[in-house]
Amino acid sequence: MLQIKNLTVSIHGKPIIKGLNLEVKEGEVHAIMGPNGSGKSTLASVIAGREVFDVDQGEISYMGKNIFDMPAETRAREGLFLGFQYPVEIPGVSIANFMRTAINEKRKYLGLDPLTGAEFLRLMEEKKKMVEIHSKLTNRSVNEGFSGGEKKKNEIFQMAMLEPRLAILDETDSGLDIDALKVVANGVNKLRKKDNATIVITHYQRLLDYIVPDFVHVLLDGRIIKSGNKELAMELEEKGYDWIKKETANDAV
Amino acid sequence: MSDKNDHILEEVSNAEYKYGFYTDIEMDQAPPGLTEDTIRFISAKKNEPDFMLAFRLKAFRHWKTLKEPDWAHVEYPPINYQDLIYYSAPRKRPKYDSLDEVDPELLETFEKLGIPLDEQKMLAGVAVDAVMDSVSVGSTFKKTLAEHGVIFCSFSEALQKYPDLIKKYMGSVVPYTDNFFAALNSAVFSDGSFAYIPKGVRCPLELSTYFRINAANTGQFERTLIVAEEGSYVSYMEGCTAPIRDENQLHAAIVEIIAHKDAEVKYATVQNWWPGDKEGKGGVYNFVTKRGICKGENAKISWTQVETGSAITWKYPSLILQGDNSVGEFYSVAVTNNKQQADTGTKMIHLGKNTRSTIISKGISGGQSNNSYRGLVKTSRKAENARNFSQCDSLLLGDQCGAHTFPYIDVGNRSSIVEHEATTSKISEDQLFYCLQRGIDMEGAIGLIVNGYAKDVLSKLPMEFAVEAQKLLSISLEGSVG
Repeated sequence: MLQIKNLTVSIHGKPIIKGLNLEVKEGEVHAIMGPNGSGKSTLASVIAGREVFDVDQGEISYMGKNIFDMPAETRAREGLFLGFQYPVEIPGVSIANFMRTAINEKRKYLGLDPLTGAEFLRLMEEKKKMVEIHSKLTNRSVNEGFSGGEKKKNEIFQMAMLEPRLAILDETDSGLDIDALKVVANGVNKLRKKDNATIVITHYQRLLDYIVPDFVHVLLDGRIIKSGNKELAMELEEKGYDWIKKETANDAV
Repeated sequence: MSDKNDHILEEVSNAEYKYGFYTDIEMDQAPPGLTEDTIRFISAKKNEPDFMLAFRLKAFRHWKTLKEPDWAHVEYPPINYQDLIYYSAPRKRPKYDSLDEVDPELLETFEKLGIPLDEQKMLAGVAVDAVMDSVSVGSTFKKTLAEHGVIFCSFSEALQKYPDLIKKYMGSVVPYTDNFFAALNSAVFSDGSFAYIPKGVRCPLELSTYFRINAANTGQFERTLIVAEEGSYVSYMEGCTAPIRDENQLHAAIVEIIAHKDAEVKYATVQNWWPGDKEGKGGVYNFVTKRGICKGENAKISWTQVETGSAITWKYPSLILQGDNSVGEFYSVAVTNNKQQADTGTKMIHLGKNTRSTIISKGISGGQSNNSYRGLVKTSRKAENARNFSQCDSLLLGDQCGAHTFPYIDVGNRSSIVEHEATTSKISEDQLFYCLQRGIDMEGAIGLIVNGYAKDVLSKLPMEFAVEAQKLLSISLEGSVG
C-alpha cells in the first residue's frame, strides 16, 4: 500500500529525513516512535502532501502510484488520512458542514453522486456512536474552542467518516488523559480492517497498550534505526532512547 | 503558496465574469450630457407631476454648487458627468397582462440572470419588481399585496398613483442637499421601487427587486423608498448583477426607509455589480446613499449587505434612531478582490432614549484590493442610555491587499455605552492544508473558510438569499490567494 524508498527531506536547506525506508501493507498497523525532532511529524506531512518541505531524494508510492504526482487533495480523495497533531480551528464552519463538503468532494472524485442530507446525517449518527463522541460536537465550528481531547476525538471522528485506506495518526495521543486515550484507541481499533492500514506516530508506549501494532519502528535523526514488534516498544519505554542510540552505535562498530 | 497552486488559481481567476452578457433592445435615451434640459426631458418622458420636476431642478442647481467628495479611501480617474447618458428606457412599454406580452429578449435576459419571472415565484413566495435600465417591466403579486393594502411598485408608477405619499416621504431621510451623489441622483434619478406597508400589516411576502445595468455608458440612478406605517413589518431584498462593459459605469442610488412606531423593516442586499477585469478596468462605480429612520418608538430597521462586486464601492447604509427604544442593526460582508476598492460602513445616529444599535462588519480582501470600513456611532445629548456594539473584522487573503478601519465615535451623553471590537486575521496555510488533507481543493477551502468567517452576517439573510450569497462569496474570491 505504501512504499517509501530512501526518502530524504529538508526544510530551508536543513535536512530532516535522511534516507528513510518503510513499507506498509494492507491490514497492518505500524507504530513509529522517536524522540522530539527525529522527523516523525515531517514524515507524516510529506506523505500527506504538505508543500513547505523539499523532497531531495527518494520515492514514495501509494496504492502503486507515485505519490508526488498527486496534490494533497487527490491523495486525500484516494483514501489517505492524516490525523493532525495540532488540529487547526476553522471558525464558523460546523464539523457537519466540513465533513459533508469533504465526503462529497471525495465522492465526486470517485464518480459517485453526492450524499443527500438524510444519507449524510445517518452516516454521521452511525460514526458518532462508533467513535463515542458527544453528539453536539458536530454542530460546533471545526475545532473552535475545543479542548485538547475534543480536538483529537474530532480527528478520529473525521477518520471514521472518511473511511481511509491509509490513516496516519500524528501524535494523536499527546495531551490526552486516559479516558480520552481509550476513546481514541477504540475508534482506531474499530476502524481497523483487512484492507486498510494505520501508521501511529507516537512518543509514548502508552498508546500501544490500546492500539496493538504489528510493527514498531524507531525513528532517530531522520532514519529508522530499528524495527521490531510491540516488544520493542516496551523495551524502549523501559530503557529510553539513549539505550537504542547506544545499541545502534555498537552495531555500527 | 506553491507555484503550482498559483498557476491553478490564476487559471480559475481568469475565468470570464459569469453574468457578462448584453441585451440589445432598442433604447429610447436622452442625449449625453447634463443640463436643465436633460432633467426636463427625463421628467417629461416620465410624465411626472410638477412637484417632481421642481424637486429635480432644485437638486440639480444645488448639485452644481457641490464638489465631488474625495475623502473616501478609493482612487479613480475623474468622471466627466457631461459624457454620461442620464436616461434610457426600453422603447416598447405596454401595460402587460401576462408574461407573453413582454419582449422575449428581455425575458431571456431575466432567464440568464436566474430571475424567476414565472409561476414559481408564487411557490417561492417572492414578489419581484424587476428594474431593467430604469423602467420597470414586470410586476407580480400585486394582487396578494393589494389584498393586504401593501403597495409595491416602480417609483414612476408610484409618482402617478400615489404622488402624495411620494411627496411626503421622498427626500425626508436623504435630502438632495445630503451629498454630491445624492444631489445628482435627486436631479436625474430614472426609476426605482416604492414600498408602502399600511398600519398594523405584516407584509405577507418578501419583497424583492433585481437591478441591472444594461445600456452602455448610462449612469444608473435608482431610487428606493420604503415606508412602514405603525406596527407594520416588511422584509425587503435587493440583488443585482451587471454585464461586462469597457467604460466605467456610474451607479449612484438612493434608498430611504421610514419606520414608524413599532414598525420593523429588514433590508437585505446582495450586490454583485461587474467589478472590472483583473486590472480593475471597466467596473461599476457604486456610489450609494442608503439611510433609514426609526421615526417612532420601538421601531426597528436592519441593513444586511453582502458586497462582492463593483470596481469601487462607496456606501454607508445608515440609521437615525429617533424614536425612543428604537433599534438599528447593520450586518455587512464586503469582499474585494483583484483591484477592487471598497469604502463602506454605516452610521448609527442615536437621538432617542434607550436606543440600541449593533454593527457587525466583515471585510474580506484578496488580490491587490483595498477594503475599508468607515463607521460613525453618534449619541446625542438627549439619547439617554443609548447603547452600541460594533464589531469590525478584517480577513486578508494574500499579502498584497489592504484592510483599513476608520471608526468614528461621537458620544454626547454620559449614560451612553459604546463598544467597539476589531480584529484582523489571515487565512493560514494550516487552515488551507487541513482542508486539502480532507480532500477539499484550494478554491473549496477558501470558500469554506470565508463563508465560515462571514457566517454571523450570512445568517441574517433570508434563506434563499443566503444560499446565493454563499456561492457568490466563493465565486468572488476565486484566485484571491496569491
